[in-house]
Order: sequence, then structure tokens, then C-alpha cells
Amino acid sequence: MEFIGEKLLQVVIALAIFAAVIGLIMLLVDRAPKSVKDKVTVAGFLAPAAILMLVGLVYPAIRTSMLAFTDAGGNANGFDNFVWMFTQPEALTTLRNTVIWTVLVPLLSTSFGLAYAVFIDKARGERVLKSLVFMPMAISFVGAGIIWKLVYDYRGPNIEQTGVINFFRVALGMDPKQFLLDAPENTIFLIIVMVWIQTGFAMVILSAAIKGVPVELIEAARLDGANAWQQFRNVTVPGIRGALVVVLTTITIATLKVFDIVRTMTAGNYDTSVVANEMYTQAFRAGEPGRGAALALVLFLMVLPIVVYNARVLRKQREIH
Amino acid sequence: MTATPAPKEASKATRQRPGSDPTEDAQPIMRRVKTKLTSKWATAAAIIIAVVWSVPTFGLFVTSFRPAAKQVGPRSDGWWNAFVDWQFTFKNYADVLTPAGSQSANLSQYFVNSIAIVIPVTIFVLVLASMAAYVFAWGKFKGRDALFIFVFALQIIPLQMALIPLLQFFTQTLHLPAGSYAQLWIAHTMFGLPLGIFLLHNFISEIPGEVIEAARVDGAGHSTIFWRIILPLSVPALASLAIFQFLWVWNDLLVALVFSGGTADVAPITQRLAEISGTRGARDYLNPAAAFVSIIIPLLVFFGLQRYFVRGLLSGGLKG
Repeated sequence: MEFIGEKLLQVVIALAIFAAVIGLIMLLVDRAPKSVKDKVTVAGFLAPAAILMLVGLVYPAIRTSMLAFTDAGGNANGFDNFVWMFTQPEALTTLRNTVIWTVLVPLLSTSFGLAYAVFIDKARGERVLKSLVFMPMAISFVGAGIIWKLVYDYRGPNIEQTGVINFFRVALGMDPKQFLLDAPENTIFLIIVMVWIQTGFAMVILSAAIKGVPVELIEAARLDGANAWQQFRNVTVPGIRGALVVVLTTITIATLKVFDIVRTMTAGNYDTSVVANEMYTQAFRAGEPGRGAALALVLFLMVLPIVVYNARVLRKQREIH
Repeated sequence: MTATPAPKEASKATRQRPGSDPTEDAQPIMRRVKTKLTSKWATAAAIIIAVVWSVPTFGLFVTSFRPAAKQVGPRSDGWWNAFVDWQFTFKNYADVLTPAGSQSANLSQYFVNSIAIVIPVTIFVLVLASMAAYVFAWGKFKGRDALFIFVFALQIIPLQMALIPLLQFFTQTLHLPAGSYAQLWIAHTMFGLPLGIFLLHNFISEIPGEVIEAARVDGAGHSTIFWRIILPLSVPALASLAIFQFLWVWNDLLVALVFSGGTADVAPITQRLAEISGTRGARDYLNPAAAFVSIIIPLLVFFGLQRYFVRGLLSGGLKG
């Protein structure tokens, strides 16, 4: 067990260095002459985060954008990588899968989350019921991959099944199915894993929003003779529109970047790859950093409209303040 | 990840829990509405969803305690049979945790790595993000709002975009050794900052200005105000960010794959898990136990601090 001591030492040294840097900044801020004190404070407090973000996010994003227009040897090749992406059958499958993911995951997660939030609202044991559906949020995508591999497990037709779903298929007289191998529906079975994870997120946000809808409004609708569905459709849904937008955009962005599920369950084989996974494969496995960068750039462009929308909402909020 | 008006409605809602309604006569109305909405079908549907959502994890949990012969090979059967023939063992857990032979999963090493990665990163992000958030909330300088929106937008740069240049920067410019934690610490901190600043800013900017003004009149400098007033008052927001950061770094695979080098010296448990579950072989029966070792810490954190976790979600952001 001696490795623990050595690893612990590294952690302690890192924390000590960090504390020293922060202490130095605080000292500089306190000792600065009065005339420039505010400026030094702003600079000192902001500098560490700003430098890290510039080096870790801004500079790499610019570099990657440039890299997208080079070949494996680092020479400029114009739009070749993009031509490759939109013409090669495998690359096209990747793009198609990404579109399927980004349409289905937000839609299904939000629908299940909303339905569940409405059904258990004010029910007995609401907190426990919420925890059960919310729990997958805490589990890593890798862990989720293993959990679902077990669910989808396949054995030959004449022996005992070890996967839950194939057990039921056989019990109902159907043949067992190789869920992760049979394209194109295997993409759907991977999507189910992501829906399983994201539904809890949607449920928690929407549940809180539902509790914010004034009871008087629902009561008024009820007195007007609206049935449960009409109350939901005409009072609850308009009342939680803001929360619905948050949930849909958040899940959409998370889905666009999905990587670990595909990586651990099929590694992108059997026609299940998505842009984020293909980017990793091209850049770090196939020795094609240019193609990888081009895929990352496409990913960024797909996310961009959502960012612009949210930044505008944010600016409006700050103007009101 | 996103900022929209909903959190406001949401936080209003959490404060106004059912049953704790301030007005007396709202109670009977609520009860009537409740009987109207929670029909038999809704209850049935909720139970089905709850069961479907928990069975996969439960199945893994049961499987992880079943003997190898029951999991793989000719005598194997589904985990639900465990309740009939009642055979359980701790051997799988012993096997994944201890280093036995070169093919061993040897998870305890990777488990320690995960802890050694996640603790410094969480501290770095909390301190640096709250410093920046303080300046964005209470500092006065030109272009503050524009800069803040820019930081918010940074959240959306896909990590995939940052990986290649950052790896080159670490190895070629900074000459960071490949087999150390440093690359992972720095990379995770960089990626965690935009969300951290955004979340904490929302909270810190709501601290009443009079509190800070009073301290200034008493002669307190910025660093005193920050450590003695801002941080103690921000504990709820810091807690929820800490949980996010913890879960996110613990569960990460992509950053680890790129920066850790993959050895038992540095690589986190998720990476090892992806490795051993990716190779099919005679040791397949260890996967469920290994997976459970890796999810036990996040589950404990989650169930222990669920309240803060939910509050973090509702205060308007989530990392993607």
C-alpha cells in the first residue's frame, strides 16, 4: 500500500503550491497603493481564472479551428476534411446518428421527466420516488454503459438468458436479440441509456417549476370544467415554459457532446458512432488530427445557435438588474 | 450550461413546499386538486417508470455478488435467479481490489488516483471561480458585463475542441511529465471554471451591498471582505458547485483518456473500468463488481448531499 503515501504527497505538494500562489495574490492586493488598489484587485482576482481559460479553452478552440483545414501531415488542404465528412459513408452514418441522438434524447427525456414529475407531484413518498429516477445522474457514463450491457446481454436461443430484456423476449416466445450489434436500431438502444440518465435531470427541474404554478389557476380551470388533461395542457405547460426551454437546451448540448456511452458500449462499431466519438477516434487513434478537428468544429457549429440564444437571454436578464 | 428565466420560478417553488403554505385556506384547495390529478392510472404509470429506472442498477448490484460460474459460462443464468438459488460471494470484490497477477483489475490503485485527481481539482475550481465571481459581481471595471457573457459562452466549447492543442501545449511548451497528475489537475480546472464562475456569480451578486459597504467602512480590504464575508455567506452555492465538480471529474472519461497516459500511476477508475469492460474474456465476471466500486462514491455523495445537488441544478446551470 506504499503507493498511497506517494500519491498523497503529490496532492499535498500541489495544494501547497496553490495556497502559496493565492496567498501571494492576496498579499499584492492588500499592499497595493491606494490609488490603484481597485485595479490591482480586479486584475489579481481575475488573472488566474482568466489565464487558465485563455490557455485551456480560447486558444485551443482557435487552434482546432485552424487544424480543421490541414491533413494528417499538418499541411493545409482547404476543405478536404469537410468533403470527407460529408461524402464518406461511415462519416455520413456518424452525422446521421448524431442527428438522431439530438432529436430523440431531449424529446424522450423531457417527456418522461415531465410525465413523472406530474404523476408524483404531491404523492406520498415523493422524495423517494424522485431519488430513484434521479439516481442515474450520479453514475458515470462508463458505469451506465456496464449497467446497460448487462440489461442488453445476449445468449444463444437455446440457453438461459442473462439479460433482462432477452429473458422477457424468450418468455414471450420471441428469439433473443443482439441489441448492440444489429444496425440501425442499435443506435436507439444506446439512446435509451442516455435517456435513462437525463430523465432525472428533466424531472427535478420540471417538478420544481410545476410547484411554482399557482394553485388558484389550476383550481379556476377545474371549476371551468377542464379535465385533468386540459388543466395540464392549458395551465401547467404554459406556466413552466421557461423551465422546459432550459431542460431541452441543456439536454441537447449534453447529447451533442455524448462520448462515453458510445465509447464503452460499442466503441462506435456496428454503425453506432457519433461525432464526438468519431472525433476522438480520428484524432487520437487513426492519426488524423485534421479530421478530428474538423469534426470538433462541426460540433461547435451545431451548439453555437443554442449558445447565442442563451447569451441573449442572459444579457436581457442583466439589463433588468 | 444554460441560463434562462426558469430557475427563478423553480427556486420560488422549492421555498413554497406543499404543506408549508403560508395561507391557511390554500390547504383545502390543494387537497382537492390533488385528488383530482393523481388518478389510479397516473400512479400506475409513475410506479412503472420508477421500477424501469431502478431495475438496471439493481441488477448490476445483485450480479456483482454472484459467483463467477453463475455469471459466465455454461451454468450461468440471469441475476434474478439469485433470489431462488441464493448464492452470494464477496470474492469478486476481493479480486477487483487486490493486485493479483498482471491481468488483475487492481482497482484500488485507480481508486486512489480518482481521489487524488478529484480533491485538488475541486478546491482549485472553488477558490479560483469564487475569486473571479466576486470581481464580476462587485468589482467595477469597463466591459465587465460583456466579459461575463463571454465567460458564460465558454461553457459551450466542446471539450473535444480543446483536447488536441492543450495536449500539445502541455507536452511541448510546458514539458509537463506525462505520468503525473499535473496535466489532469490543470485540464479539469480549466474546463470547470466557466460553469463555476457562472454559478457562483449568480449567488454572490445577490449578497446585499450594505454588508460589503459596512465592512469597507470598517477598513476591510478586498481580500478580507472576500475571505471573511463573501465565502462564508456563499457556502450553499459553494457546496452545490463542489458536488457538481466532484461528480463531473470523478465520472469523466474523455479528459482522462487524453491526459493520463493510462498507467496505474495516474489513470482514474473510470478509465480502468472502460478498459476492463472493453476486453471480453475469462474475467468478464469482474465487471459488475468493478463498476459498483466506481459508482459507490458518487452515489454516496449524491445521496448524502442531494439537497445541495438539486439546489445547484435549480440555480441555473449544468455542465455538459
